[in-house]
Amino acid sequence: MLNDVTEDQKNNLPVFTMNYPRIQIPFEITLWVLLASFAKIGFHVYHKITIWVPESCLLISIGLIVGAIMHSVHEEPPAVLTSNVFFLYMLPLIVLESGYFMPTRPFFENIGTVFWFAVVGTLWNSIGIGISLFAICQIPAFGVQDINLQENLLFSAIISAVDPVAVLNVFEDVSVNEQLYIVVFGECLFNDAVTVVLYNMFSFVAEMPVVEPVDVFIGVARFFIVGLGGMAFGILFGFVAAFTTRFTSKVREIEPLFVFMYSYLAYLVAELFAISSIMAIITCALTMKYYVEENVSQRSCTTIRHVIKMVASISETLIFFFLGVVTITTDHEWNWGYILFTLLFAFVWRGLGILVLTQIINPFRTIPFNMKDQFGLAYGGLRGAVSFALAFTLPDTIGRKQLFVTATIAVILFTVFLQGISIRPLIEFINVRRTNRNLETINVEIHCRLMEHTMAGIEDLCGQWSRFYWKDKFMKFNNRILRKILIRDGRAESSIVALYKKLELQNAMEILDTASGNIKLLMTKKFLAADLRNIHDILSKNMYKIRERTVAYRGKHALPNDSQTREILIRRHATIRRSLRPRSFQSSVSYLAQFICIILINYLFCWEHDHETLSEVAYPSQRSRFGKPARSSSSKAMIPLHRLGTLEEVPSTDVLNEESSSTGQGVFRTNSSYSDSRVPHPRRLYSLFDDNNSEL
Amino acid sequence: MGSSSSISSAHLLRLYDRFESLDRDNRGCLSPDDFEALGGLAMNPIGGRIMEAFFSSGQDTVDFSSFVRILAHFRPTDRNRNKEGAQQELPSSRTRKLKFAFQLYDMDRDGKISREELLQVLRAMLGLQVTEEQLQSIAERAIQEADLDKDDAISFDEFKKSLEKTDIDTKMSVSFLK
Repeated sequence: MLNDVTEDQKNNLPVFTMNYPRIQIPFEITLWVLLASFAKIGFHVYHKITIWVPESCLLISIGLIVGAIMHSVHEEPPAVLTSNVFFLYMLPLIVLESGYFMPTRPFFENIGTVFWFAVVGTLWNSIGIGISLFAICQIPAFGVQDINLQENLLFSAIISAVDPVAVLNVFEDVSVNEQLYIVVFGECLFNDAVTVVLYNMFSFVAEMPVVEPVDVFIGVARFFIVGLGGMAFGILFGFVAAFTTRFTSKVREIEPLFVFMYSYLAYLVAELFAISSIMAIITCALTMKYYVEENVSQRSCTTIRHVIKMVASISETLIFFFLGVVTITTDHEWNWGYILFTLLFAFVWRGLGILVLTQIINPFRTIPFNMKDQFGLAYGGLRGAVSFALAFTLPDTIGRKQLFVTATIAVILFTVFLQGISIRPLIEFINVRRTNRNLETINVEIHCRLMEHTMAGIEDLCGQWSRFYWKDKFMKFNNRILRKILIRDGRAESSIVALYKKLELQNAMEILDTASGNIKLLMTKKFLAADLRNIHDILSKNMYKIRERTVAYRGKHALPNDSQTREILIRRHATIRRSLRPRSFQSSVSYLAQFICIILINYLFCWEHDHETLSEVAYPSQRSRFGKPARSSSSKAMIPLHRLGTLEEVPSTDVLNEESSSTGQGVFRTNSSYSDSRVPHPRRLYSLFDDNNSEL
Repeated sequence: MGSSSSISSAHLLRLYDRFESLDRDNRGCLSPDDFEALGGLAMNPIGGRIMEAFFSSGQDTVDFSSFVRILAHFRPTDRNRNKEGAQQELPSSRTRKLKFAFQLYDMDRDGKISREELLQVLRAMLGLQVTEEQLQSIAERAIQEADLDKDDAISFDEFKKSLEKTDIDTKMSVSFLK
């Protein structure tokens, strides 16, 4: 008995143990995500690669390599890519990103075209390919006679989901017109929705032994219910989210959470009722974005954008990566006839579809699509992530599942590699031929760009009009009712806070002032042809694009770039300063007076403000509403206004004007010489802003 | 407002709605701050100059009639068909549009675009990477091309001549102001 006791006591506290099974799943997920991210870093080491080869190609290649390694050591890829994981975790993120960064105004102007191509185009493609493949299946030589019509339709629905991500980047670089860009973008987005709906419908039908005409009719009705229901849910959740953010001024840290949770909720609830969850999340993002971005703080806004981009990017990366891995490790079923004909039909039907659909819709468009646009649309029909996921998650009841998976992978690889790599040279070739013909004079180029900017400005002044009665009605409704409910404190903001921001640019302005130095008198020199081409090059590369392009065209994988906005704003304030002198006395003085009283206010009051507020007031990168800055600074900015009365006696020589031209600002007129004596103050003041300005 | 710049009453109503929504202090006229509050205009490289055009006669407020008068410059014009059936722009509307564009350059209103004025506009429209020498040579070349009477500045007639082949009407019209 004594021995038993000592045996038990031999179990000491272990010094070092390993418990792998416990952490296995999160660990492996993390490693895969990291591996995919390293791949992304690696691509940008050599810059030229990313120009010629789309990123999806590179990711698939890395996936192929990793798959080959795994296959050689007889490992299995992690069984994470199940239907649930894809449809519940990965797809919503990708779609949320597309919906959130959709440029709304061009989208709504082209909404008819987008839906036409997305819905009718996808239907055309899937039915066309399905029926042709069914015809091929009848030929005994290929040995695929057991695939019936329903299964063919299912398969063709899978491969008609177009994913032209790579093409969008090319379009952006080649400055394709905005209409084409938005149609491609929108089509990509909405045909995912259509494809998923079709997939669900056809997979249901594929399990039915007999299909009656009634079922077809029901199918069509279901299609509409699913689409419109999704939109309705999305709008509902969007409004609720906007309403919630009205009250979040005290809980700034979790503001981004609301955006994500409500969109995800819209997605899940739509899935619950088996209506189109993609439509739900897109409309939720579209609705929410407008109101939420006015309510949340600057930082939350940036965080939201950044996080959406990040998770969507990871999601897409992982999918392509898995595509590569699975290609090697799956058992394939290859059938030359079926697969080659699939490729052929996918290509042919897409081209035909674009041609026919464009002919029908062109008369309804203000800017019709020419042949070049149509080529871009047709050739840019790459297949991508959604097709792969749908094929991979086919139910096992489909007899030829392996064949379908193989065929899908073949189509994706073919389109992504061949078309993806070759589209850029092709488009550049077509474009180049057009522009070389008329090389305009420098004058015309400069003046035309000036006129475009002018027109953009005038259109901004006139507000967002359209010929559409309903849109105007909606805008009125929006302004009168919706904004009051959904936006916190709908009053216009005092422009003193806007001036705060102008002053923060003072440092940069000083630098620019010295840069725009003396004007040397150039002797009239002869300009050679090479000089002229140089000048044209400089102009075309450096002239600022018109505002729609600034906002919309950053491509799917980049964060919106606001350096152009900053440069423009810096320059504009330099011009305001320079133009202050020749202008009339009163108006120039009023500007100066506002500047000066802001300087004084800053000097006297902002020592107490914490830096949190100041950096909130920092540069409005995405916010195009220059006069309505971050909310948190507003309440603090209101306080100094009351003290303005006491400051009136401070300036030595002044001409006080009782009549204040603008309420709430307390503008007072002073002698313009006043400004010179105050110049030392801004310097001292701006040391405060230094840590903020270092971000500029 | 003359007959050539008459806008339909429906559009006038919309313009008035827009004017009211821009006029945040409800004073019946617009001040520079109301213009500045428009985000798109603030981010426009020549936004300040466009504003200047509205305030050109030395006042610092814009009332509704001046607002409409200036916007009327941008109506698309009905084109005449001459005997050959080809379309031509009305010369007076084209001149008005060109005059507006000219005034965006000519800030001191002396009727000429001097080299310095051209440089200012170029600086506003080009990115920061362009060096001063490049700007100078671009301006130099532009003046060389257009300046016919060799006074080192571009007058309005020279400006018009340099743009004679360009279709100003489509470039400088806002289609819904018909």
